[in-house]
Amino acid sequence: MSSALSMPARRTSPGVFVALALTLAIGWLVVTIQGGRLFSVPTTVSLLHVAAGLGLVAVGQTLVIIGGSLDLSVAYVVSLSTLVAAETMGGADAALLPGIGLALAVSAGIGLLNGLLVTGARINPFIATVGVGLILKGYLDNGYDGPAGKTAPSLVRSLGYQRIGPVPVSFLLLLGVAAAAWFVLARTRFGHHLIAVGGDPEVAKLSGVRNGRVLVTAHVLCSLCAGLAGIYLAGRLGSGAPRVGTEGLYDLESIAAVVLGGTALAGGTGGVAGTVGGVLLLAGIDAIFNQLAVDAFFKQVIRGVIIIAAVAVYAQRARRKAVS
Amino acid sequence: MQLVERRPLPLRFRAGSLVPIVVLLAVLLVLVAVRQPGFLSPPSLLSFLGRSTPIVLLAAGQYFVIVSGEFDLSVGSLVTAQVVVAARLIDSEPSRTWPVVALLLAFGIVVGALNGLITTRLRVPSFITTLGMFLILVGAVYRWSGGAPTGGLSEEFRRFGRRAFEDVPGVGRVPYALLVLLVVATLAVLLSRSDFGRTLVAVGGNPRAAELSGVRVWRAKTLAFVLSGVAATIAAILLGGYSGVSFQAGAGLEFGAITAVVLGGVALGGGRGSVAGAMLGALTLETLFALLNFYGVSGALKSTVQGGIILLAVAVSAVRSASR
Amino acid sequence: MSEPLLVLRGIGKSFLGVRVLEDVDLEVRPGEVHAVVGENGAGKSTLMKIISGAYAPDEGTVEFAGAPRVFHGPRDAQRAGIGIVHQEFNLLPERTVAENVFLGREPRRRGLVDRGAMLRRTAALLASVGEGSLPPGTRVGQLGVARQQIVEIVKALALDARLLIMDEPTAALADHEVGRLYALVRRLQQHNIGVLYVSHRLTEVFDLSSRITVLKDGRRVTTVNTAQASAGQLVRHMVGRELSSYYPERATPDELGPVRLTVRAGGNGKLRGVSLQLRAGEVLGVGGLRGAGRSALARALFGIAPFTTGAVTIDGKPVRLRSPRAAMRAGIAYVTEDRKGEGIVAGLSVLDNALLASRAVGPGWAGRGARAARIRDLLAAVELRAAGEDQEIRFLSGGNQQKVVLARWLALGPRILLFDEPTRGIDVGSKSAIHDLVRRLARDGAAVLVVSSELPELLGLSDRVVVLRDGRIAGELPAGAPEEDVVALAVGATREAAG
Repeated sequence: MSSALSMPARRTSPGVFVALALTLAIGWLVVTIQGGRLFSVPTTVSLLHVAAGLGLVAVGQTLVIIGGSLDLSVAYVVSLSTLVAAETMGGADAALLPGIGLALAVSAGIGLLNGLLVTGARINPFIATVGVGLILKGYLDNGYDGPAGKTAPSLVRSLGYQRIGPVPVSFLLLLGVAAAAWFVLARTRFGHHLIAVGGDPEVAKLSGVRNGRVLVTAHVLCSLCAGLAGIYLAGRLGSGAPRVGTEGLYDLESIAAVVLGGTALAGGTGGVAGTVGGVLLLAGIDAIFNQLAVDAFFKQVIRGVIIIAAVAVYAQRARRKAVS
Repeated sequence: MQLVERRPLPLRFRAGSLVPIVVLLAVLLVLVAVRQPGFLSPPSLLSFLGRSTPIVLLAAGQYFVIVSGEFDLSVGSLVTAQVVVAARLIDSEPSRTWPVVALLLAFGIVVGALNGLITTRLRVPSFITTLGMFLILVGAVYRWSGGAPTGGLSEEFRRFGRRAFEDVPGVGRVPYALLVLLVVATLAVLLSRSDFGRTLVAVGGNPRAAELSGVRVWRAKTLAFVLSGVAATIAAILLGGYSGVSFQAGAGLEFGAITAVVLGGVALGGGRGSVAGAMLGALTLETLFALLNFYGVSGALKSTVQGGIILLAVAVSAVRSASR
Repeated sequence: MSEPLLVLRGIGKSFLGVRVLEDVDLEVRPGEVHAVVGENGAGKSTLMKIISGAYAPDEGTVEFAGAPRVFHGPRDAQRAGIGIVHQEFNLLPERTVAENVFLGREPRRRGLVDRGAMLRRTAALLASVGEGSLPPGTRVGQLGVARQQIVEIVKALALDARLLIMDEPTAALADHEVGRLYALVRRLQQHNIGVLYVSHRLTEVFDLSSRITVLKDGRRVTTVNTAQASAGQLVRHMVGRELSSYYPERATPDELGPVRLTVRAGGNGKLRGVSLQLRAGEVLGVGGLRGAGRSALARALFGIAPFTTGAVTIDGKPVRLRSPRAAMRAGIAYVTEDRKGEGIVAGLSVLDNALLASRAVGPGWAGRGARAARIRDLLAAVELRAAGEDQEIRFLSGGNQQKVVLARWLALGPRILLFDEPTRGIDVGSKSAIHDLVRRLARDGAAVLVVSSELPELLGLSDRVVVLRDGRIAGELPAGAPEEDVVALAVGATREAAG
């Protein structure tokens, strides 16, 4: 009887970590043959920085996707957050906390809007967040031509560039946020309810789960993560950048990372650990391409192919599982 | 309560569902005429219709994709790619015009087919497929033209978008584009009422039921994507003539097309709506932008307006279908 | 006699001006199994929704555990101690048994979910209904249908239900799993829980209940003691029709035509060595337990999950039924059991639904007029009741929706018709109309195969019956064979052992 009680409830998906190991191994081989160094300190630091930015957004995206929703406005939230932070700080350390606070508050507000549109107005999440994203895009296009604001130097020093050995502080921040997200999903009522809502909203509702509140909270958390990523990027870039979110493909790549990590796009299953693996995989591919001096435009083509391929491969696996 | 009254007309027309969009269009036209009295004069109005043709075409193409239950977010980038490719291949050499046009059509068909096949055979959600295709097209085109558009379009090519029937009795100048609009619009309406068109609506409504009734769902959806690609190609030819060559030629057009379709009463999940509604929606959108233009609203805010309209229109239709 | 658990007095309810329930009284005692029977549309489902708190009655009172109650929603009723097990389960397949049972009320310790307590309590509940062998940490998606139902029941018990409503509980169960459900219901009785048992299956009603209430057209027709009731009497109360005049006349030997379809040693993932013949003018019934391969057989013949071994011939010529389109080309039509998911396109009109298959194989532009006329004739021939051909099909009753689906197939002039549960979810009146249509089709020369889990229908409608067991044909029975014979072949028992 006791063995029945302790049977593991979930199987982790090791797929993405295997893919990560393979990719890094093959990449290292190719780069070394070409005469480069894949795991030098600068490349590793750069890889982890890329992973930190994308990872913060992807952890938030994991939460909404598990809940059966989606957020395509994250790229614009990231851009907006860099601007709000940098402009509020205006280069002064004294304004560090207000800058961070305001950026997070604005992000949370956008997340709230997303959540209310999806739950209250019952708009399909893809449409709702694309709509909000477009509204933000217009605001950004209209108000900004280029970088603006100046990040507080202490933020630039710490989140932007400080590291412990080869590991940047920003990556540690990502790990912390990811751990917190994992904890929320596994050990809180909210987490259980979020997974239920993603699995079958009708069933959740009948069991007394407040679907609306749960999803709105998830959307707020997702946008907060995107806002946090923006604050980090403001530290990295030294100023606000109106196009950093779209140019960095944070919307599509965060979804790709989540899918690669084993979370189903339909929701109801999956986890944050896999997402971190997916993020490292995408950052790793990026680093390998950089070392091979691949043309920036060609890299974009490859990114498009990878995103499609990632979802396709996981869609095939899901189909095979369902049929058998 | 026996069935079935015989319908006297062989062609049934569900005029009821077009009333809202027609009313909206009329109201907007009146508002524009109030602000700019010369707008409704034949030369001005016809010129406006000619300029709106590309978006109307894109909306028609997008209708077929959306009614089948999918999204095509690659049309904007396809338009850009077509324009840039045309310029480079024609290189201001008139004799190359028609072969290049043929090539462009082939390219549009291939891209549409790829979108369709990846979505249906590889089971990738269409918004990911087409967003990925967007990245691939933009990256590939940028790479191919080395970062800046080269070459030039011939007069023959530009003729479609730029020239007109001069001195037509009673109305003056009738742009060629308008002729294209009438022909394509008629074809689109006829197609939507054909077996293929009606089957497509069923595919969007319940793909499983359609499959079990002998419909080749993958083929129907792929054809819808091909239609969208062809529409984008024709739009690109007109736009190239009218606006010239740039990397911004097609920027944002996919969201314009989706906004138009939503405005015209097409349900975003598929299974409901008409192509006439989609095309009227496009005209309405263009009229709205013209109105905003006359009131001095910045063009950069176009995205915001589109985002707002999409959210409003979808929310309204969600409320209406809930109360049915 | 103990005080009643649930008392309904004078319950009335209207929807959009349509009177759905009128002056209904009902009483359930603790530890009693009280069955509720009636056609679809009789008001059973509305009544259950009122009791379980999903709807509020327009008139009448509800007394539960001695006190008048007004429920403000299903959770309210749950908290009061009323549980309901629906026909379609409300479970999360990716989550464990324990997580499903405690969904929405996860036990907490210091603000965080107490997983240990969740598992312990679930194990205890499972043991209390005799299912202690089911590990509470199992993912629900890995369980079979019968065990998933147990999870549903345990979920209701976890809420300290004093009254449990069971809606068509055996609809999805195989015959041998029904016995386990019986045992569970009896255990519930031992715990003094009252059970409201809603079912079409009169066998179970007679096996389990002590009282039966019959609803018809929103009114309570009668409440009888089971011991004093008979099936014929019940059916008469439900529809005012004798049991014996239920089914159309079968085919006489000279009405049977040549062999149209032959399957030789057909097999795939779910079937093995299936051989059968189907003649023109014949209705062949296919029986067996759930999972024995009945639907698999029909779907293999329609190319949905094709045969991988063996051979199929139609009119003597070999055919490869690789896909639905291939089957359609061979003259086969398939009416699915899942009308809502696979049959109709809910948002489309009656006409568009009826033309779906015709358009898929269509004549293109030419012949459209003739095609439309033919469909209209067919819709009239099946006696469709609808406001108009442009009405959205989702507003039609199940029976009328099925008629539209039938017209869709008949438009293609099929020579072989495969019916999978043709009258599932359809009221008694329409059921009989569909039976008549099936027999008429056979009489007009089609070869008809009918899969049915309703034994009376299977035996009443068919000219002969093949019974499947574990993917093979266990045996064949002639027309009018007793139901026990079917069950015996289906479970693999000999006649003596089953008798």
